[in-house]
Amino acid sequence: MSMKISTSDFKERVDKGIHDSFMRGAVVGAQERMGTRRLDATNELGNWEEWRKHGEEIRKHVLEHLDYYLKELSDNVSKRGGHVFFAQTAEQANEYIRGVIKEKNAKKVVKAKSMVTEEIHLNQCLEEAGCEVIETDLGEYILQVDDHDPPSHIVVPALHKNKEQIRDVFTEKLNYQKTEKPEELAWHARDMLRQEYLTADVGITGCNFAVAETGSISLVTNEGNADLVTSLPKTQITVMGMERLVPTFEEMEVLVSLLTRSAVGQKLTSYITVLTGPSEELDVDGPEDFHLVIVDNGRSSILGGEFQSILQCIRCAACINVCPVYRHVGGHSYGSIYSGPIGAVLSPLLGGYDDYKELPYASTLCGACTEVCPVKIPLHELLHKHRQTIVEKEGKAPISEKLAMKAFGLGAASPSLYNLGSKFAPTAMLPFTSGDKISKGVGPLKAWTEIREFPAPNKERFRDWFKNRDKGGDQS
Amino acid sequence: MTGSIQNRDEFLTQIATSLGRDSWMKNAPVRNWQHQPQHLVLKDATVDELVDVLRLQCEKIHTTLVETNSKELEKTLKETVANHGGGPIVSWKDERFSKWGLSPLINEIWPNEGISFHEWDYTKEMENISFAEKANVGITISEITLAESGTVVLLSDKDKGRTVSFLPATLIVLVPKSTLVPRMTQAAQKLRSIHEQGNLVASCVNFITGPSNSADIELNLVVGVHGPVKASYILIDDL
Ligand code: SF4
Repeated sequence: MSMKISTSDFKERVDKGIHDSFMRGAVVGAQERMGTRRLDATNELGNWEEWRKHGEEIRKHVLEHLDYYLKELSDNVSKRGGHVFFAQTAEQANEYIRGVIKEKNAKKVVKAKSMVTEEIHLNQCLEEAGCEVIETDLGEYILQVDDHDPPSHIVVPALHKNKEQIRDVFTEKLNYQKTEKPEELAWHARDMLRQEYLTADVGITGCNFAVAETGSISLVTNEGNADLVTSLPKTQITVMGMERLVPTFEEMEVLVSLLTRSAVGQKLTSYITVLTGPSEELDVDGPEDFHLVIVDNGRSSILGGEFQSILQCIRCAACINVCPVYRHVGGHSYGSIYSGPIGAVLSPLLGGYDDYKELPYASTLCGACTEVCPVKIPLHELLHKHRQTIVEKEGKAPISEKLAMKAFGLGAASPSLYNLGSKFAPTAMLPFTSGDKISKGVGPLKAWTEIREFPAPNKERFRDWFKNRDKGGDQS
Repeated sequence: MTGSIQNRDEFLTQIATSLGRDSWMKNAPVRNWQHQPQHLVLKDATVDELVDVLRLQCEKIHTTLVETNSKELEKTLKETVANHGGGPIVSWKDERFSKWGLSPLINEIWPNEGISFHEWDYTKEMENISFAEKANVGITISEITLAESGTVVLLSDKDKGRTVSFLPATLIVLVPKSTLVPRMTQAAQKLRSIHEQGNLVASCVNFITGPSNSADIELNLVVGVHGPVKASYILIDDL
């Protein structure tokens, strides 16, 4: 499955994650800062709950009428002169895009950050076709220069790297001569990329929300790269997951507000760009040709089922930023471009249980994710559902999963590990213990303990547990 | 010119099947929202109150807000450009510049001072972009201004190049006070009504909130990444 970022198994990835001390420090710091910023930005509104409810009702409505709105969207894109391609699979999407690139005889593509193109492995496909593909988002650019290091966070892809590492990569690959100061590094990237925008044949973007009524797409960014990607090359290709749309500008506005506050704690990011069709005939900048590629790639099998609500996701990463397990093991441990709670729910659905069956256990079921999700996806319930499905399917939870269960269970229950967890996680569900098993949880934990006795808290930390289990210890 | 649509039938049929329908839905669904918190933000704020909100927000988004009136605009703009290191300057072509009395500045004062000024001219095609690329300052006009977030809304057309706001090192936006609204909600309504009245929405609508920035390196804020490094809004009292 192409969204895979690693061939090593779950245990190796987790091991690597918890032994990378910079990464872990960075993740902790990032969670603190992003958590605080998000809280400030949401509290400031005074009625955040109302906003979440509106976000939820919009997303639910769209999913329930997805066929109607996709039809409306595609009609309106084409009315404005854009081309729409519906791709049921990643292969179909890649093939279409490669076709456009060939037709334009394009040699150089500049890209703005897009998770769905990562999901379908578009870059690789275009590179194989002999095209140079340049990521322009600063974080993505850093990863690309570093021999395609995979992203570890859906909003801040290079979160696992420190500035010294980035300096070393730039020095080695880009002949960079300056220091590790973030400004100097960023400016170097700016200089390098300016020429690329001006000489690229095609610009490729993702899409935060498409607007059905007008056939528009919107891009939410801070750096300004997406604007250069969509105004300088003569051809623009936008790739969107089929669920990423809204009826009109009015709902787009609400979701953008939810997204920017939840993702980065900003009222709005520096750039929100709403593009409709190719540029007008006499416009000098903007693309002459516009293609919208709408991707299913497994989403329609989620639709209509018990996991439908995961398609409400607006990719804000708030759930990742509060997750105590993500904090502990880092993004790469998930083995998928989608990490954290959203990844633990979505990756098994898009990529299959074979590759991702451990992920639903990569959770303490503490419910912090559900509490912060701006569109009210019941994330921890969906994780629980996954576990039930896996057990049903396999007859039992394979031993490693039992262990993972326990590992992450301890995460929620053990005070030492819990303290490592996010301070933004709700504390109301710290478990009650009787003997060495928890018999009764409160809040979200309750549903879980009703089904299965929960391991009691002890001083053992997840890190130690993980070491321990290798030696054959603690396999209950 | 109408574009193509490929592979739609199968795709939508698949979705309809997942949703338990025999064929894809043809009638527009009714939207009956139960929650509408967005209309409450700054609901009864007066223009002066909106200006206060904007002023405060500009500090948070690393943007200078210069307040002036139509009479003083020429002087204010000249100073603002000078404060940002002068030309070269690229601007939109817009009749409001002369209406606001800026012609002498553009046609005489700046040229006499050796400051090169380029007005967007679609007949010159790529020359516009070459100039914008070298320009120190880009000048545009906000059509809708969002107090809550400190956001200016720019609408592209043949005289209003998109890259004027992105390629130069500094962005200066002229903000008529009459364009102030509480938040993005009102902008979305306005854009929607343009469409509903049968007009085309600009092919590029930019909501711009301060200079470009990134927190991609250890979450350190770097102001000025791919777009402008500095931003100033000049608020013109036109009421
Ligand atoms: S699941 Fe919710 S919190 Fe997590 S990324 Fe998606 S929208 Fe954000």
